[in-house]
Amino acid sequence: MSRINDVVIKIATVNGTGSASANGLLMKSIFRMGIPVVGKNYFPSNIQGLPTWYEVRVTGKGYRARTERVDIMVAMNAQTYRRDMAEVASGGWLIYDSTWPRSKLLDRDDIHIIGVPLSRLCNEHFDGARARILMKNIAYVGALAALLEIDLDVITTLLEETFAAKKKLVPSNLEAIRLGYDYVRENYSCPLPIRVEKMDKTRGHIIIDGNTAAGLGCVYAGATVGAWYPITPSTSLMDAYKAFCKQYRMDEDGRKRFCIVQAEDELGANWMGARAFTPTSGPGIALMSEFIGFAYYAEVPAVIFDVQRTGPSTGMPTRTQQCDLMICAYASHGDTKHPLLFPANPEECFHMSVTAFDLADRLQTPVMVLSDLDIGMNDWMCPDLEWDESYRPDRGKVLTPEQFESMEKFHRYLDVDGDGIPYRTLPGEHPKGSYFTRGSGHTKYGAYTEDSAEYQEVVDRLLVKWETARKLVPEPEIAWSKFNKNAILTLGSGDGAVREALDILKDKNVGLNYCRVKAFPFSDAVTDFIDKHDRVYVVEQNRDGQLRSMLILDAEVEPKKLVSLLHYYGMPSSADFVVHRLLAEVAKGQAA
Amino acid sequence: MSYIAKPKVTHPKLKKNELGLTVRDYEGTVSTLCAGCGHDSITAAIIQAVFELGMEPHKLAKMSGIGCSSKTPAYFVSQSHGFNSVHGRMASVTTGANAANRDLTYIGVSGDGDSLSIGMGQFAHVIRRNLNMCYIIENNGVYGLTKGQYSASADVGSKAKKGPANRQMPIDPISTAIGLGATYIARSFSGDKQQLVPLIKGALTHRGFALLDVISPCVTFNDHEGSTKSYAHTRKHFHHVIDADFIHPKEEIVAAYNEGEAMPVELHDGSKIVFRKLNEDYDPTSRSAAFAFLRDSENAGEIITGLLYIDEEMGDMHHLSGSVDEPLSKIPYETLNPGAATLSKLMDRYR
Repeated sequence: MSRINDVVIKIATVNGTGSASANGLLMKSIFRMGIPVVGKNYFPSNIQGLPTWYEVRVTGKGYRARTERVDIMVAMNAQTYRRDMAEVASGGWLIYDSTWPRSKLLDRDDIHIIGVPLSRLCNEHFDGARARILMKNIAYVGALAALLEIDLDVITTLLEETFAAKKKLVPSNLEAIRLGYDYVRENYSCPLPIRVEKMDKTRGHIIIDGNTAAGLGCVYAGATVGAWYPITPSTSLMDAYKAFCKQYRMDEDGRKRFCIVQAEDELGANWMGARAFTPTSGPGIALMSEFIGFAYYAEVPAVIFDVQRTGPSTGMPTRTQQCDLMICAYASHGDTKHPLLFPANPEECFHMSVTAFDLADRLQTPVMVLSDLDIGMNDWMCPDLEWDESYRPDRGKVLTPEQFESMEKFHRYLDVDGDGIPYRTLPGEHPKGSYFTRGSGHTKYGAYTEDSAEYQEVVDRLLVKWETARKLVPEPEIAWSKFNKNAILTLGSGDGAVREALDILKDKNVGLNYCRVKAFPFSDAVTDFIDKHDRVYVVEQNRDGQLRSMLILDAEVEPKKLVSLLHYYGMPSSADFVVHRLLAEVAKGQAA
Repeated sequence: MSYIAKPKVTHPKLKKNELGLTVRDYEGTVSTLCAGCGHDSITAAIIQAVFELGMEPHKLAKMSGIGCSSKTPAYFVSQSHGFNSVHGRMASVTTGANAANRDLTYIGVSGDGDSLSIGMGQFAHVIRRNLNMCYIIENNGVYGLTKGQYSASADVGSKAKKGPANRQMPIDPISTAIGLGATYIARSFSGDKQQLVPLIKGALTHRGFALLDVISPCVTFNDHEGSTKSYAHTRKHFHHVIDADFIHPKEEIVAAYNEGEAMPVELHDGSKIVFRKLNEDYDPTSRSAAFAFLRDSENAGEIITGLLYIDEEMGDMHHLSGSVDEPLSKIPYETLNPGAATLSKLMDRYR
């Protein structure tokens, strides 16, 4: 086995021991050598003590998904040692802390074992329990640097930048790096046959998580009110928004041009004309469903981020899934449906935040951005985020005080333009603009009603608006060749695994067209794409094939054409899974 | 159509306020509540208070949840914006609206069912935030719109129209508000407009969370003998402990007060609340005294009314969170957007 820039390193540690900064250092060093990386954090719902893993995939080809292979395991957690060792690919390496003896029972003949006395080395060189624990993490980065041939100058520069404000920490961290590095060089043959080598594939790129990008997107979209309640895995979205606001949104006197409240307040704020948003996860959507239905019927704009986690109920809060598609699409009682956006990576989280506010204002309805834990909390390599200075928010049909002057009477729910979208006013702007916002039956003039015909006229008009939404939402991404009769379709974070799978399948002479839907309702392009194929494999991360159901309901495609490939045990999906399951389905199809 | 516009007939000599509007200009649609409902009297008091304050109708936002009480915003000030939201969650909608635009005046109308059962969490939190609003609970001890089930404010021993007496402890909004830090706390009775109007004026002017718990008998389901929220029971047991006169900044204090009896408190816009203490020992600026007095009176079976507590010093939500003075919804986009160059620079943090 000899490979350059194609290696998966998994680090098993104990939650709360400060390994995050060491893992970040490892990943960023490789990234700075110009090599694409994927960073995934598999963490427990816990603050301290439970096992946690960080996985760095070095991928010279620039793939964005995880793989199910582990080449090098850094087994720092005795609690999970046995299972961590079992995970190493045959021919791979296991690094362990050889300060203490290791049971012979734990041997595996088909892998290489590398013992580094990390605790002993750190105990000899550092004082204080906390420092020793932290430096042990830095020391394994040093060991990996020797084994993989990571550039020490790059590590040094990174440490100097990281500790620019606490310069005295640089020498001790460098010392820890050297401890691991030198020990491995002296005792083992370095580098390993799998190693890294400088490339030029990360220029103009960053490493960022989706929640940070979405929080930044809200700042750039001009959002001023954030209403929330902390819930994993969406919490860091509001944390990011707050941090960016503190940097960019303070006035000269140190007062805030933003307001963050813990509540279900965003409807009121949007009604009042501010751009307001709520980041949440599945349980939050369930809780807020009544309000979502209210906003649909009373036509109040709202932007909600659902960073999906594993359900049902509390489920596994720190694992990923795409399990809220249906509840978001049809949230609330009565006939309701809502536009959804499906970002596939942090870059899209940034831009779709802005799109979501524009659509919500234009359509006067709640718009939900369905990210997930994998996109929201993991480290993704993305092109630099760029901003178009010519952008101005689309606030939709909001009447200005000047327009009222020339107006006889304002009617809130009248479809003046035939697109199903009425005109709205902002409270306090003009005496003629007043109206009564209500979730109870209302006429097209905004008055309360219990009259059947008057009621129906309004809910039918909302369907006209739904068709307008279909034309306004982002178009799917499609890769099409006339030679392929079958296709694969996915959404959101399924993108990376499917794209990589397409490369693998091509080598196996299985040609497939590709469609990644970016929004609900499905635009005509999605329906056309499905219509053109004999069979469409729908890849999604839930048990019940929710995307497939929505395609049948909303795009009215032939159900038999849609074959589900479902991945829902809480980990991000991989190309291996897609290929394996797809080939199995192909075989099944041929046998039939 | 089940919505009835009120015919507008105004007497030419009807008194006008400083905006040149008459009290009729502050009316709403015709009430669809039962004849004799206490809520309609409160609606009338709100109309009177807003008229006397000379408020621009479109600068008022009327907020409500679900229930009989929550229907009433349709019955006053037609030219203001109304938001009839969902059950128990008027407080959060108002918080959002106020977060976006602090320049409007917010009046929330709720009931004991809406605020003290499903909405108890939101009620508690809006008090904590000291949101600048007037929050009226039209308190009748029953769920009227679903035909008379006990609400959380029903007193122990109070008898339902059918069935046994209530045995669970009531949630008292006044003592809850004292405990959670509300900064203007009053109780009144729908049948006492003279007391109610100045209390509403003070509540609308006060900067911070103003709670008005108004006993408002339900004539259909809770006005019988044995009920502690009936007209007869309330009239018999309520006591004016402390009356408050609202004095507009332009007015002078003209009423004659005996020394020691009157205590003026200045509100943020220069207007004044003058307390007229009917009980000499009462101190409306002491939270603990207010709480103790309330409990003692309750134990004695008295319904004490009036402005029971006031704190003009504590800042409202925007003050507490350090917002700019300008309403957030009015800040130009150009000010809010950090721009392309900033974003480009920021990217280095993620390499």
